[in-house]
Amino acid sequence: MRVELRSTVPLWLILSAPMAAIALAFLSCSLLILWTGSPVLAAYGALLRGAVGSPFALSETLTRAVPLILTGLAVAVCFRAKLWNIGAEGQFYGGALAASLLGTGELSLPRPGLVLVLLLAGWIAGGLLLWIPAWLKTQFQVDEVVTTLLLNFVILLGISYLLEGPLKDPLALGWPQGRALVESALLPRLIPRSRLHAGFIIALLAALGVWAIEQFTVWGLEMRAVGANPEAAKFLGIPVQGVILYTSLLGGGLAGLAGACELLGLKGYLTLDLSPGFGYTGIVVALLAQLHPLGVVGAAVFIAGVYVGADTMGRSLGVPTYLADVIVAAALLWMLVCMGLARYRLRWD
Amino acid sequence: MSALLSLISLISTTSFWVATLRIATPLLFGTLGEVLCERAGVLNLGIEGIMTLGAMAGWLVVYQGSGLWWGVAFAAILGAGVGLVHSLLTVRLGVSQHVTGIGITLLTINAAYFVYRMALPQVTSPPKIIPFSPWPIPGLSRLPFLGETLFTQPPLTYLSLLLVPLMAYILYRTPLGLAVRMVGENPQAAASQGIPVYAVRTGAVMVGSALMAVAGAFLTLSAFDAFFFNIVNGRGWICIALVVFAAWDPWRALGGALLFAGFDALQLRLQQLWGSRIPYQFFLMLPYLLSIVALILVSRHTKAPRALLIPFRPEERI
Repeated sequence: MRVELRSTVPLWLILSAPMAAIALAFLSCSLLILWTGSPVLAAYGALLRGAVGSPFALSETLTRAVPLILTGLAVAVCFRAKLWNIGAEGQFYGGALAASLLGTGELSLPRPGLVLVLLLAGWIAGGLLLWIPAWLKTQFQVDEVVTTLLLNFVILLGISYLLEGPLKDPLALGWPQGRALVESALLPRLIPRSRLHAGFIIALLAALGVWAIEQFTVWGLEMRAVGANPEAAKFLGIPVQGVILYTSLLGGGLAGLAGACELLGLKGYLTLDLSPGFGYTGIVVALLAQLHPLGVVGAAVFIAGVYVGADTMGRSLGVPTYLADVIVAAALLWMLVCMGLARYRLRWD
Repeated sequence: MSALLSLISLISTTSFWVATLRIATPLLFGTLGEVLCERAGVLNLGIEGIMTLGAMAGWLVVYQGSGLWWGVAFAAILGAGVGLVHSLLTVRLGVSQHVTGIGITLLTINAAYFVYRMALPQVTSPPKIIPFSPWPIPGLSRLPFLGETLFTQPPLTYLSLLLVPLMAYILYRTPLGLAVRMVGENPQAAASQGIPVYAVRTGAVMVGSALMAVAGAFLTLSAFDAFFFNIVNGRGWICIALVVFAAWDPWRALGGALLFAGFDALQLRLQQLWGSRIPYQFFLMLPYLLSIVALILVSRHTKAPRALLIPFRPEERI
């Protein structure tokens, strides 16, 4: 028996890698549940019920999936072109800030117009926030991993300042939060008596749009070429730097759109806890989907389910809800293991 | 003019330099750890998480009754273990170093919070331990100025400073260091010389990760006396920037860490001075903006190890 490298990875392995990774993640995290003294099966049962056990639970999971689909797309688009965007968290807040600046009464437009303007503003803000590191990368060869990561801190501090200073809602008792959006800026609810909002449709359309761009346009081909081999892409006459800059506007824009959607659809006002790390979780979403835009939707719904279900599990069994984050991170690492192993095969001689 | 004078008088106080060295210590441990990983060709973005885990684990061991040094040792061993996981993925399997590092960071941060919550379910204010106290060096600590600043420091600060010449010596003057640099520059050539590329890279990542964990442990066992959420607060990412700024050299890492810590200490003092006029968030932004500016200034002129980010796959001949 020996191990050898595959020339190509077959489709069934590509499709089963995320399944295996998820199973292994739950299996390895059951050790943590055992340590808490709770029965493993009952804990995962509670998680499943909390995620999809009732129409309301399902609607909560889909609501949570909205920002994850968009940040997952933001990461997937950039990683495809090997633009290492770890700043989706900051871009998310940038988008939410832009929507909050224009949506609290400064701009009066009829309903669909205002919503469209705010979503576009979120897009532009997020896009510009990634365009800066991308520009620094193309101009000064500054590593975008570090700049996008550090900008997350800068943006959050900036928003903290705005919420305690100029943008603070005078009616919020001492709590740093922005003023409420005007009525015509809010996204409509899709199902009565649930929190699922039209952002879900927007997220699905975005996934389809990204898929179409990657599949059918010259630009999509260029992005993939730059990601696969920038030297060869340059040799073929592809404007590598331009492609990186455009990609940053698309990727950052998607993360900004996530922030705007979350604000317009769910919260209604800007706070510092608008995102419990959606930008970072987007990396996991993108990887579980193997950067495929349509796969991102599935991966985002799954991860949203883990988070929503973990709340129920935490309440009923007293397991700290950080377990959800551990499961999600473990799924990412197991996914890498599965993808790494899928490159090899065993041959029986 | 008066602002300049008050600046100079700030910088000439001993407390400023004591603070600078205290801020520099975890940055130095982290940066040296990252230098070691990257010199061997492996980018370790797990640093932020490994620091958090080291901070929590070291603190928890001490809180449960063991000595401070046991806390440091436990953090280091745990860090090396996480480094082993990182290198199994990036060195043996050759998957993306970027994504692996982010994954390690997400996993270890949340695992640290989970364990902390389990160990202390119902606390509102973080419980405290008795941290390391300064060790005045006999004789030297009575020197004017230098005695109070450089020679009256907690032991981990001395350790971090001693690590600089040690790592420079090992990297540049020993066969082991040559092996580390070779697998980071040209693993094919290293392998043809009989150097076990996987083993050297794995070892470098494990030792480097152990240093990162000690950086975290310094925060809870020496700089502060408790573990709290977001305790590392981006210090790991700043170390990644410092590695580039230091051009992957231990001595320059010392210079970078001191320069950076000096600005941070200055920022803290200016905050007290001008805090009523300028919102505190702008002061807190400075370290991150400074790191970005430093990268802009140096990135075009520095050269990363040639095989950084590139997995070694002897079975693939291109």
